[in-house]
Amino acid sequence: MKLRDLTELAARNLREAILRNSLTTLGVAVGVASLVAMLSLGVGLQTLASDRLTKSGLFDAVFVSSRREFRGPGSEGPRKTPAGQPKETPKPLDEDARKNFAALPNVVDVYPQIRFFTDVRFDNNTYPTNVLGVPESSRSMSGFSGIIGHYFSSPTAEEAILQQDFAKDLSPQPASLVGKEITLRYAERRTLSSDEIAKEKDIDAQLDAMMSGGISIVSREKKLRIVGVIESDPSAGIGGFGGGRVFLPIRVAEQLHPAQANDVQDFVRGGGNGKPTYAALTIRVQNPKNVLQVEDAIKKQGFNAFSLLDAARSLRLVFTVFDLFLGRFGSLALTVASLGIINTLVMAILERRREIGVLKALGATDADVKNLFFAEAGAMGLVGGLFGVTLGWLIGQALTWGTTIYLRRQDLPSVRISYVPWWLAASAILFAIIVSLVAGLYPATGAAKLNPVEALRYE
Amino acid sequence: MPSTQPLIHVDHVSRDYRLGETVIRAVNDLSLEISSGEFLALLGSSGSGKSTLLNLMAGLDRPTSGAIHVQEKNLAALDSPGLARYRRETVGMVFQSFNLLPRMTLEENVELPLRLAEIDRSERSRRVAQALDRVRLGARSKHRPSELSGGEQQRGALARALVNQPAILFADEPTGNLDSTTGEQILLLLREIQDTLGMTIIMVTHERPLAERFANRIAILSDGKLVDHFAIQTGARA
Repeated sequence: MKLRDLTELAARNLREAILRNSLTTLGVAVGVASLVAMLSLGVGLQTLASDRLTKSGLFDAVFVSSRREFRGPGSEGPRKTPAGQPKETPKPLDEDARKNFAALPNVVDVYPQIRFFTDVRFDNNTYPTNVLGVPESSRSMSGFSGIIGHYFSSPTAEEAILQQDFAKDLSPQPASLVGKEITLRYAERRTLSSDEIAKEKDIDAQLDAMMSGGISIVSREKKLRIVGVIESDPSAGIGGFGGGRVFLPIRVAEQLHPAQANDVQDFVRGGGNGKPTYAALTIRVQNPKNVLQVEDAIKKQGFNAFSLLDAARSLRLVFTVFDLFLGRFGSLALTVASLGIINTLVMAILERRREIGVLKALGATDADVKNLFFAEAGAMGLVGGLFGVTLGWLIGQALTWGTTIYLRRQDLPSVRISYVPWWLAASAILFAIIVSLVAGLYPATGAAKLNPVEALRYE
Repeated sequence: MPSTQPLIHVDHVSRDYRLGETVIRAVNDLSLEISSGEFLALLGSSGSGKSTLLNLMAGLDRPTSGAIHVQEKNLAALDSPGLARYRRETVGMVFQSFNLLPRMTLEENVELPLRLAEIDRSERSRRVAQALDRVRLGARSKHRPSELSGGEQQRGALARALVNQPAILFADEPTGNLDSTTGEQILLLLREIQDTLGMTIIMVTHERPLAERFANRIAILSDGKLVDHFAIQTGARA
């Protein structure tokens, strides 16, 4: 029998016993709804956690340091060289290395940690503090979400964002600082060229310049406009911006050439080749799943690399187990619903025994009869699945709505705890159809095997 | 006129049924030849094996032993889909209790064999209309079986049996649930179909006078055996 005819006959049969078939379909819908509601809760909570963690900027970042540095996270320790072989020279984490990292696939941004001490002058007072350069990619980080004012207007804007505690030192009303100007007084590191050395007026100064390895420290001032105040540190931890009181765009911070701790280290180690190095670089990748690949590539280039992906992985494991647990609870209801389908179809076979006999007498094959019952089971699964997904989504919305009311009463921002992605909806409908077809297998096979003579004799 | 070419050859066929420990032989080593275009009446008392023989020839059942050749095909050797195809393409069936599906209209009931044979929709409606006109039920096509009289239902069942243009029409006590006048009308219709379409008709009945009026030949069964068979004189038919 053609599919269209089969569908028409199945639909007609379902319509004829509308009440019983509707109740069976409702059973499937409730089963699917419980499954969807449970899993949407799991997916929603996972999305919420992932979103928060991603915005923390810790899980899509690789932190790189030179193997010259002291042993830190990701450090492979002292390089052991086999006897007789020359000792491996650690590579400097300089501008060339930074360019190499930026050229790696899936790398979005490579930026140094620029952190320096400064005096902030405001309203004729001086406040010692430390400054951090923050990359443009930190705009979406959770630390900046509750900002008073706004984020930097451009990556090169000469603007500053203050941490609230520091802002309170400047003014009892931090919000009033937005739009005002501060002056940074800081130490600039200057690399001297041979021409500059030659221009020194006396021979002693030239000798000093040469002896110092070609660098000098100069006191500078920079005026910045305050554009925002943030409540807390945007991110504490390794490679983050922990400890910052004044934040400025990293490109502006780089242009200031502030003297940092590793300048002295370079001077002592390099004897002064004049090329600046970075204490550490942070590499931001497109997606946390790219972290391992980038981390490996960097290690192969001879640097220490470290990421927090392991922690993220354990988190994913926790959520997978959580989803599995919720899914099993949801599946229980669907199992009960599948028993309803079996019951309905078995009853239908008993009632329609004579009809099956007539169909066979008219030339229906066993497959035709089986397919007819399968189509009826599948249709109940499809309709039940569609209703179930809608019902499950509504349950999820109700849960989110209830949670939002509760969180608002606690003065907390609302969150979306339930989320039905398209794949969950599609899988739930498919699952409902499969479960219905499996449930229909026994009755459909029974119907197909009926002896037509016996079926026609049935009253 | 019936041709002498045998259309159906029943060759030493037996059919056993098991009832607990007891084996019942419904058809016992029966042989019979039926020619194309014949109107054969199978006569016998209840339990004589006539309906069992009809079911075997119609491909609804399989013999325990022996062979049934229809158009040179051995039904006993056909697999399940092959037997279904035989029922669909070669055979039309009419039952005592009409067996129209109560959920469908008359038109849809008649269309059912065409759906199973995967005939195109446009062709289907033409054939359904033709079959209903032949049994003079064209005006009742949209009615459900429950809205039709017994005679109309049997005529509807006849239209359903004819719609696939089968070579053989099997009728199992077609007048059993009808009053004598309506029963006679049905048999007149059967003979009209036999005369106009040249179809072979095999009818089970226990009403000898009706069989003698309408059939070409009568086969009498008793205890699963063929005890007599004879042709009816042309002049004896009504």
